[in-house]
Amino acid sequence: MARYILRRLAIAIPTLFIIVSISFFLMRVAPGGPFSRERPLDPTVLANIERAYHLSDPLFLQYLRYLGNLLRGDLGPSFVFRDFTVQDLFRTGLPASIQLGAWALLISVVLGVVLGVIAALYQNRTVDYAVIGTAAIGITIPSFVVAPVLSLVIGVWLDWLPTGGWGQGAWQYKVLPIATLALPQVAIIARLTRGSMIEALRSNHVRTARAYGLPTRSVVVVHSLRGAILPVVSYLGPAAAGLVTGSVVVEEIFTVPGIGRYFVQAALGRDYTLVMGTVVVIAVFILLFNLVVDLLYALIDPRIRYD
Amino acid sequence: MAFWSTFSRREDTRLGRAAAGRSLWKDAWARLRANYAAMASAAFLVLLILACVFGPAVAPHDYRQQFQDYTKVPASLTPYPEAGSEAAALAEALGDVEIVDYGFAPLAEDAVPEGTPPTESPVGRITLHLSGSGIDRSLAESVSALPRFADAALTETAADGRSGTLTADVLEPDIILDSLNRALRRARVDLVNYAVAGDRITIDVASARTVDPRIAEFVARSDLFENATSMIAPDGMSAAISADIVSELFLFGTDTNGRDLLARTLVAGRISLTIGLLASVVALVLGIGYGAVAGYFGGRTDMLMMRVVDILYSLPFIFFVILLIVFFGRSVVLMFVAVGAVEWLDMARIVRGQTLAIKRHEYVEAAQALGVGTGGILRRHVVPNLLGTVVVYVTLVVPKVILLESFLSFLSLGVNEPLTSWGVLISEGSRNLQGAPWLLVFPTLFLVATLFALNFVGDGLRDALDPKDR
Repeated sequence: MARYILRRLAIAIPTLFIIVSISFFLMRVAPGGPFSRERPLDPTVLANIERAYHLSDPLFLQYLRYLGNLLRGDLGPSFVFRDFTVQDLFRTGLPASIQLGAWALLISVVLGVVLGVIAALYQNRTVDYAVIGTAAIGITIPSFVVAPVLSLVIGVWLDWLPTGGWGQGAWQYKVLPIATLALPQVAIIARLTRGSMIEALRSNHVRTARAYGLPTRSVVVVHSLRGAILPVVSYLGPAAAGLVTGSVVVEEIFTVPGIGRYFVQAALGRDYTLVMGTVVVIAVFILLFNLVVDLLYALIDPRIRYD
Repeated sequence: MAFWSTFSRREDTRLGRAAAGRSLWKDAWARLRANYAAMASAAFLVLLILACVFGPAVAPHDYRQQFQDYTKVPASLTPYPEAGSEAAALAEALGDVEIVDYGFAPLAEDAVPEGTPPTESPVGRITLHLSGSGIDRSLAESVSALPRFADAALTETAADGRSGTLTADVLEPDIILDSLNRALRRARVDLVNYAVAGDRITIDVASARTVDPRIAEFVARSDLFENATSMIAPDGMSAAISADIVSELFLFGTDTNGRDLLARTLVAGRISLTIGLLASVVALVLGIGYGAVAGYFGGRTDMLMMRVVDILYSLPFIFFVILLIVFFGRSVVLMFVAVGAVEWLDMARIVRGQTLAIKRHEYVEAAQALGVGTGGILRRHVVPNLLGTVVVYVTLVVPKVILLESFLSFLSLGVNEPLTSWGVLISEGSRNLQGAPWLLVFPTLFLVATLFALNFVGDGLRDALDPKDR
């Protein structure tokens, strides 16, 4: 196991290196810079600013310097949000994004699995059709439609919850973003669970367990769900990536000060360091998460050995 | 013996039927035809594609045409301005009684008693000439009950009750009064009254100074009126204008710039579907090429190529697409290249797996023994046998791509105005959700219906082509 983790980390580092390199050069090929304005700056002023940020150095030297700083954990100063370093911005932005993402993931797994199991137990009955139908709707209606509709209905018409902002992290501000983020994932997980659960309920060992007269709860939870949950676990990797993508839209609509929102602003404003920082942080997050998912997989299914 | 003979005869007929020949594709087609949801979805998609391709040419308005007098008008089955006029609201309350013509006189501003709340102060008084049966006092009551009218009274009734005159206070300006006011303000004259009979409007205006002789042109410039002619009084201080009322049909309403949402939704569908299809083709070509080569060569090549896919897989790709589009400008071509480049990874993995299985078949070995080259085997044997899997996957990629495109458009990284896509329309709609919900409803309905249909077709194809997977 330890060897497997080490090997995965050994692959993760070059992956990260490639990601950093691609995004670094991709960004620099693009026209425009962080200090280009509609009314151009005075050339001397521009030259001074660029010198201060080492932007006038040869590109490769900048690249090496960035890599060096990155190794020391220094993500550099933000170009668009003046007087802030990228770390400063992440210190405020990351907790918001992570909270939303973690809650959404937790809710979607719990709710999705429960709904999926119920649908499978009542296959081809009203409950089942209700779950499948809702899931189909949840998957096809994009989050950028769900979010404004939720904020209009619950935020404006019913006036139960605030329509946007963060409010120092009060729970009222998190409900709608989390609901929007979780909805498509709940739908997908419910569908996955239902499919594998139906298969598991028909399998020989479950029939045997039933024949032994084991209580239904133990048949469902211990004997069926344990095998049926594997596809859900392997979906968690893509689910996390989906939450990251979704949070860009959700943070934009609900004006949550998270890193997804920073990213779009940073890309539009050519904020080189902030864009790089976001890409690095998210890549690290996804790599780590995939590793955890793989290990979890082995934990649930003892037949899988990583040696 | 008898038993065996029946058995073998049955076997014979079965063989005979098999000899008639049912290819795998024919078989799949029969299974697909039996799946009503998939067939209905496919029919819907065909209709939708036809509507998006030919619809904008047939639609009453061009998707770029702006109607300044019709900004954000709600969806309506009756043409404007009739749909938004006071007469239409009244016609509903009057039931069978017909409005022959009507006149409207604005209330002079100083006539409103001070302190009246603006919602309760009438903008003017409307006079209707009615014809029909059963004209009596109850009509005035039902008119007064309408939210936009007050103080209705039946001033004249014919003895037989078949014609009459009704007057009422109007609390809110309608679309005709609004655009008339706008046109007349530009001409610097005041509205005295106007009368509408059928498609013809007659407007009396007055002015403190001499009336501009081009007054008819000012009126005709509005989207509501055309063929305006004017008669200026000898003293030049007042005039009568008559004009045709143009009716415009906005089935889906109009957007914030007064553009027909029906035409825009159809044009947007063109773009969304095109991007969906083209990006899927990009993903298809890249994925099949890459996956087939990796799977067929196997060994070290396979491992290296799949490691590259693994690494690309863990990239936060959406960020790269955003970067690409932000940095290299928004263009339709870049959009589908970028999206296609994201979606090919899954395809490559699936194709590789299939290829690994296919290359062990005897016919591949036979081809190798016959000396067919690698490229030939890939083209002639491997790729055709992949098609079933690939077709299924493509129908599932298209909705993903359409969704991704809408997502980018939502972040205003989509196609440029005046071109539009469903994502662009939805993003506009969500910004105007409170005042103009139809701006969100129609594009969303189209998008969601398309995604639904594509998913049904995809599931149906999978069941048809891969029955063991059911």
